[in-house]
Amino acid sequence: MSRVVSITLQNNDDARPIIEAIEKDNPEATVNIYPGMVKIDCEGRLIIKQETVEELLGREWDVQELHLSIISMGGNVDEEDDYFELSWNL
Amino acid sequence: MAEKRKKKLGIKQRYSMLTRGLGWDTTYQDMDKVFPYDNYEGIIIHDWEGWEDPFRLTMDAYWKFQSEKEKKLYAVIDSFAQNNGHLGITDARYVNALKLFLTGVSPLEYQAARGFTHVGRHFRGVGPRVACQMQAIDELRHVQTQIHSMSHYNKYFDGLHSAPHMHDRVWYLSVPKSFFDDARTAGPFEFLTSISFAFEYVLTNLLFVPFMSGAAFNGDMATVTFGFSAQSDEARHMTLGLEVIKFMLEQDERNIPIVQRWMDKWFWRGTRMLALVAMMMDYMLPKRVMSWREAWDIYFTEAGGALFADLARYGIKPPKYADIATKEAEHISHQAWHIFYNYTHAAAFHTWVPEKDELDWLSEKYPNTFDKYYRPRLEYLDKEEKAGRRFYNDTLPMLCQVCQIPMGFTDMDDPTTISFEVSEYKDDKYHTCSLGCKDIFDYEPAKYVQAWLPVHQIYQGNCGGAEIPDVLKWYNFNLGADNMEYNGSPDQKLWDEWQAHRKKA
Ligand SMILES: [Fe+2]
Ligand SMILES: [Fe+2]
Ligand SMILES: [Zn+2]
Repeated sequence: MSRVVSITLQNNDDARPIIEAIEKDNPEATVNIYPGMVKIDCEGRLIIKQETVEELLGREWDVQELHLSIISMGGNVDEEDDYFELSWNL
Repeated sequence: MAEKRKKKLGIKQRYSMLTRGLGWDTTYQDMDKVFPYDNYEGIIIHDWEGWEDPFRLTMDAYWKFQSEKEKKLYAVIDSFAQNNGHLGITDARYVNALKLFLTGVSPLEYQAARGFTHVGRHFRGVGPRVACQMQAIDELRHVQTQIHSMSHYNKYFDGLHSAPHMHDRVWYLSVPKSFFDDARTAGPFEFLTSISFAFEYVLTNLLFVPFMSGAAFNGDMATVTFGFSAQSDEARHMTLGLEVIKFMLEQDERNIPIVQRWMDKWFWRGTRMLALVAMMMDYMLPKRVMSWREAWDIYFTEAGGALFADLARYGIKPPKYADIATKEAEHISHQAWHIFYNYTHAAAFHTWVPEKDELDWLSEKYPNTFDKYYRPRLEYLDKEEKAGRRFYNDTLPMLCQVCQIPMGFTDMDDPTTISFEVSEYKDDKYHTCSLGCKDIFDYEPAKYVQAWLPVHQIYQGNCGGAEIPDVLKWYNFNLGADNMEYNGSPDQKLWDEWQAHRKKA
């Protein structure tokens, strides 16, 4: 049974560093590009780390800024001050 | 980042300040009188503090992010209108998808705002109340931004002038309308299961995401932008949907069978309504991103599969009839388009037979069904139209008592036989389109016998008159402009003129 978690972000300038950070912190993730958007799938869990996004962005980044770029997702959400994680209970 | 800003409180503490200790138990009036609706459905809640909102959004953060979203969106809408963005779309046929969206879907945003305002008052727990109130505001934003975005198209194209009026009256719009009416007249927990979970968590991905990506592919900047702006709220709504399910299931095991029945019901009602979206994706986007079948595989089979595997630990099973719905993904867009092709003289948008390369695309995407059942019929209709005999169906169809779709869908194992079911209630017979709709009827017949079925209402003389044109005027249609075949329509004429100008320039 597939246990893929998924996040879909806009394909724009705000989201690009987030997408890059996801690729960096989740090497097994698959990135699917569609018109206007990017859907990233990952088996079991997927994490977005504030630290990685801030490094790529070169400024402070509030994890809740994700709200500006997110389109959709699948998985149980865990949102903290320094990360955002999606997972299914394995 | 060496020097991190230090916020006084962490995200969890800030959120708990917002949602804990704000409510109180009333003493002048009994709590059950103050909150009369949140226990009659049979859902047992022992501890409202058990509610966890995964997006711990506080009010100040909510306003900050929402206003930023609005600023971005309105900058795009404004420049789209200023720069005549409608000239950049792939083809005027595309606008017909927007007509269906504005009349069929945008009014649901308003219905959602009403529904969440209502339940946001009626839960005795503070966590769900805050979440529902934020969502009510979001939904109001969705309907407003959709009307603003599409108002630009209304300056040039037909059928976009009376969306709320049409939503309340027109036969095919009773499909989405009755879905929300059914949800809003249920109790608050069923409402959240229907809208937040079944519709937003399980099915919105199929409605908004591939369609908006399709809008991007077809050069419709305004629609992509409002669509994705709304979806950014939707991600939060989806988590509310999953949260309410987990909350009910964790509170008491007697809740499990109730929740399962609601999931079965609303999954089925949702898939029925999505037949409209299926045909938008397969037939109404000149440039196609993915077929309905592919969207179903990605968003229901794969994403839904992972979700229901996760819920299995509570004893929840995948929705009843999910297997039938998956079979339908091979057929439903073609059958729905055919119904509208038959009745486009009574619809506020145009239909057409797809062009040859589009038929080839459908053949490729539907190798099991399209050439066998649907392509020959479309080619026949095309020949008839070209010979000056465009087919319109002059009899009124029977509607399903539950989903209100004309009973034109077939048995999925035998796509040449119309599917229907019969129930009896107080010596009357009631017809439904499928086992899924029959189950829903049989569980609450007293509710569904009250359905406002457009065809019945026309025959009873409640819709403007006895003749079809009388009814269409009562719908507020501009006859000969809003309705009928696309070929020869005023929309087409205008579009062709623009294209001719472009060539000359
Ligand atoms: Fe909405
Ligand atoms: Fe929503
Ligand atoms: Zn039905």
